[in-house]
Amino acid sequence: MAKNKTAAGYKGPSGDQKRRDGEGRSCVRFRCGLTNTIQDVLRQRPGWVEVKDGGEWDFNWCDVGWLRENFDHSYMEEHVRISHFRNHYELTRKNLMVKNLKRYRKTLEREADRIEAAKCDFFPRTFELPSEYHLFVEEFKRIPGSTWIMKPVARSQGKGIFLFRKLKDIIDWKKDGIRSDEQRDETQVESYVAQRYIENPYLISGRKFDLRVYVLVTSYIPLKAWLYRDGFARFSSTRFSLTSIDDHYVHLTNVAVQKTAPDYDPEKGCKWQVQQLRSYLTARHGRETVEALFKDIDNIFVRSLQSVQKVIINDKHCFELYGYDILLDQDLKPWLIEVNASPSLTASSQEDYEMKCHLLEDTLHIVDMEGRLTGKEKRVGGYDLMWNDGPVYTEDVNLETTGSCCFTANTHLGCVNNRKKQLRQLLKPIPGQKRI
Amino acid sequence: MMDEGTELSLTVAQIVQRLKGTNLHSEIERQAKECLHLPEITLESLKNDVRHFLKASGWERKLQNAVYRELLVQPPPCHPATPPEHTKEPLAYMRKAQASWEKRILKSLNSMCTELGVPLARKRPAVEQKELTNKWNEMGTDEPDLSRFRPVLISLRNPNHDSSEEASAKSYWGLIQVPLQVRDIPQMREAYSELCLTSGQLGIDDLTRVPPDLFESEHIRVGKKVVCEQDSAAAQQYSRQGCPTALRADLWALILNSTNTPEDVMHYNQLKAGVIHHDLLVDKLIYKDVKLTASNDDYYFVFEDYLYQVLLCFSRDTAVLDHFSYNSATPPKSYIEGRVGEEEFAVVYPPNGVIPFHGFSMYVAPLCFLYNEPSKLYAVFREMYVRYFFRLHSISSSTSGIMSLCLQFERLLQTHLPQLFYHLREIGAQPLRVAFKWMVRAFSGYLSTDQLLLLWDRILGYDSLEIVAVLAASVFAFRAENLMEVTSLASAEAVLADLSTLKVMPLIQIFLFATAI
Repeated sequence: MAKNKTAAGYKGPSGDQKRRDGEGRSCVRFRCGLTNTIQDVLRQRPGWVEVKDGGEWDFNWCDVGWLRENFDHSYMEEHVRISHFRNHYELTRKNLMVKNLKRYRKTLEREADRIEAAKCDFFPRTFELPSEYHLFVEEFKRIPGSTWIMKPVARSQGKGIFLFRKLKDIIDWKKDGIRSDEQRDETQVESYVAQRYIENPYLISGRKFDLRVYVLVTSYIPLKAWLYRDGFARFSSTRFSLTSIDDHYVHLTNVAVQKTAPDYDPEKGCKWQVQQLRSYLTARHGRETVEALFKDIDNIFVRSLQSVQKVIINDKHCFELYGYDILLDQDLKPWLIEVNASPSLTASSQEDYEMKCHLLEDTLHIVDMEGRLTGKEKRVGGYDLMWNDGPVYTEDVNLETTGSCCFTANTHLGCVNNRKKQLRQLLKPIPGQKRI
Repeated sequence: MMDEGTELSLTVAQIVQRLKGTNLHSEIERQAKECLHLPEITLESLKNDVRHFLKASGWERKLQNAVYRELLVQPPPCHPATPPEHTKEPLAYMRKAQASWEKRILKSLNSMCTELGVPLARKRPAVEQKELTNKWNEMGTDEPDLSRFRPVLISLRNPNHDSSEEASAKSYWGLIQVPLQVRDIPQMREAYSELCLTSGQLGIDDLTRVPPDLFESEHIRVGKKVVCEQDSAAAQQYSRQGCPTALRADLWALILNSTNTPEDVMHYNQLKAGVIHHDLLVDKLIYKDVKLTASNDDYYFVFEDYLYQVLLCFSRDTAVLDHFSYNSATPPKSYIEGRVGEEEFAVVYPPNGVIPFHGFSMYVAPLCFLYNEPSKLYAVFREMYVRYFFRLHSISSSTSGIMSLCLQFERLLQTHLPQLFYHLREIGAQPLRVAFKWMVRAFSGYLSTDQLLLLWDRILGYDSLEIVAVLAASVFAFRAENLMEVTSLASAEAVLADLSTLKVMPLIQIFLFATAI
């Protein structure tokens, strides 16, 4: 990679504001491994230039495959940024996530107390197969009539997932080796997790939905995480019923699966913005209940990140945008379904496209190749700083205020996202940029 | 005509007449009888004690709410010799216009019937009944073949009635050339004083940058109190400044005096049974409407099933026929087969007298956000319909009627944005052509849900649809700059196509209180 160079003519922000790297860049060479919204956003960013394969880059939005093959062989200068952590899979592979969460929970129980540990009870009982098969059978028999869901650890978009109620179903499956045609290599035994299926999901008008929420992590040690205000609720296109567990379309809410459902109407769109959902829930259950719910959701993000804090290789070049999938049950308890290291950036509609553009623009603002931030910001565009080596509050906490009781968390999921206005006040435009 | 005293006693008599025999009446009687067992009721002061008891137990308040409802909804009493059509609609030419419009709709319905060979009503065979009962909660999954059914469209006509009215000196540029009384901005400033710039509003003063202690917290506290007191009139007054999301469902039910007693639930279930037993032609129109409008809406697609559950029952609810005493429309009649023209064999069709038109389901959809129990949702919708929505599709002289709204919209535009109006007229883009569809639906489906609910708060609060015309005008004012640049109707439509980002209260407030007059 090229050495640090300040391009001529670059004027940074004035005087007393300290920049992080010492110098911002006016010309950023980027590599982009994806051909969807992110590519548009990168290409439209003033001063950012795409480099072809083999060229040197300052910024790399890569896919996990590239990462796996190249990360270890790349030397990155200090200013360079890349969009994944080397071993993100500790959080995003279903079996590893569960393992890390279980271990973290045990630690909490030991070092704090049961109450503290109980704050980690946001994922359903999960067992890795085949390694934990016997433990799983024990649990399975303990709760007769329960429904379980089988998920391959490494696949996405709902592929390979099925529900079952009888041990017979999976014994058959094991024997037949119902691995799909995607399984090329016989030598690689695919890992699965068996997870207790949430049989009482919160339904809206008889339909099941899950939440997709975006969390940006710029550092694990210390842990610094941002929560985006927008997100969406993805609805299943048919009514929920426990009687037809073979019906993928009822139970899986990924847009990818829904798109193949017979009555899927692409014009219809089966998503609500999270603001919509929040209003709806508030109208139904009242403000306090919904605020408590969103606080519980915040808890999921923080705890899950804390559980892998010591495991993830904390490389200062790395940042990562996670897509969290959350399910609500009828008691309005949120459950963590999974964390995605590569949330889909393909847009399903014009509205979706704009939302993802804004999300990615704000992500780039926070990564701050241009060196415009001081590092003290609690909000950038649609992102609110959720955790900065400790909880972040909307109120400015100082020596005088400690001792007073009411602190509100600095998270606004599902709230108004007036990012344009906020950005205008926060950032000086990049040279060459139109007024936001 | 009548002196105040006579008018008052007539009103009282009318209300007593209407409340007699209702569930409320029998409940209060029963409560009064039962309270006689209580120790605090003494024979000497029986009357006062019973009255006191009814007040303390909340029954007096319920009666008060019921009376208030009648006062709001029923037309003022008039001379005993007045024929009922005149009560519904005093202006002769309006009655004529409404009658001829009704004829057209009925003709279209009947011809569809004959063309397709589908009966207006038929009894369902037992198998079908059973199937429908099982599927009641997911009727949206049905995909009946609706291609042959044409939706009933409401379109804009120019009812240029000059008849006996003298030609006015002013010229009106709009499509509506009817001399109805509509209010201007100075008059509305008085009427809508709670919306003024110095008064707090939900939809403005609850946004992120305004500290909640300035208005929101106190407003919510008052709202909780209002709900506690169960006072319809207070709730209505309160709603003028907007209802907090968490309290809105209760407040609207209170304003509409919409209850969910066991009798109400039973009534709903009876209607549901009616749906199961008989299939009506209008059911197809309802299905078609829901599939075409609400199901395709980003916000409301989720509620498809609720919409069927409400609208199918609504069509069969003969209680709705009551509202025709003050609705300029007349319920369409149909005749038993072979007995056309014989009055004894005439039935109202559909049973509730309302033929659903394209977009009708959008009146129900926003309510699904607030109520999820079907009987409750139904009760609220029905009341909203017989108080407000019916005026949006019948021709009358009412200030909340679609005619007045259209006229008011045009007048406001012509008075305050003459340059814009003139320009649009010149390019063949009469503003009403665009605004009409917004107003007929009270903006449902055009605004984002939370904004729509804030607008409907004010409709309930001021007991009038006038605000809809004001909003329509203020949208034009807001986009005036862009509209001045367009050169065709199509481009004007494009500028005004997407209202989903609008914030209604600031627009209305600015238009009413910051426009130079």
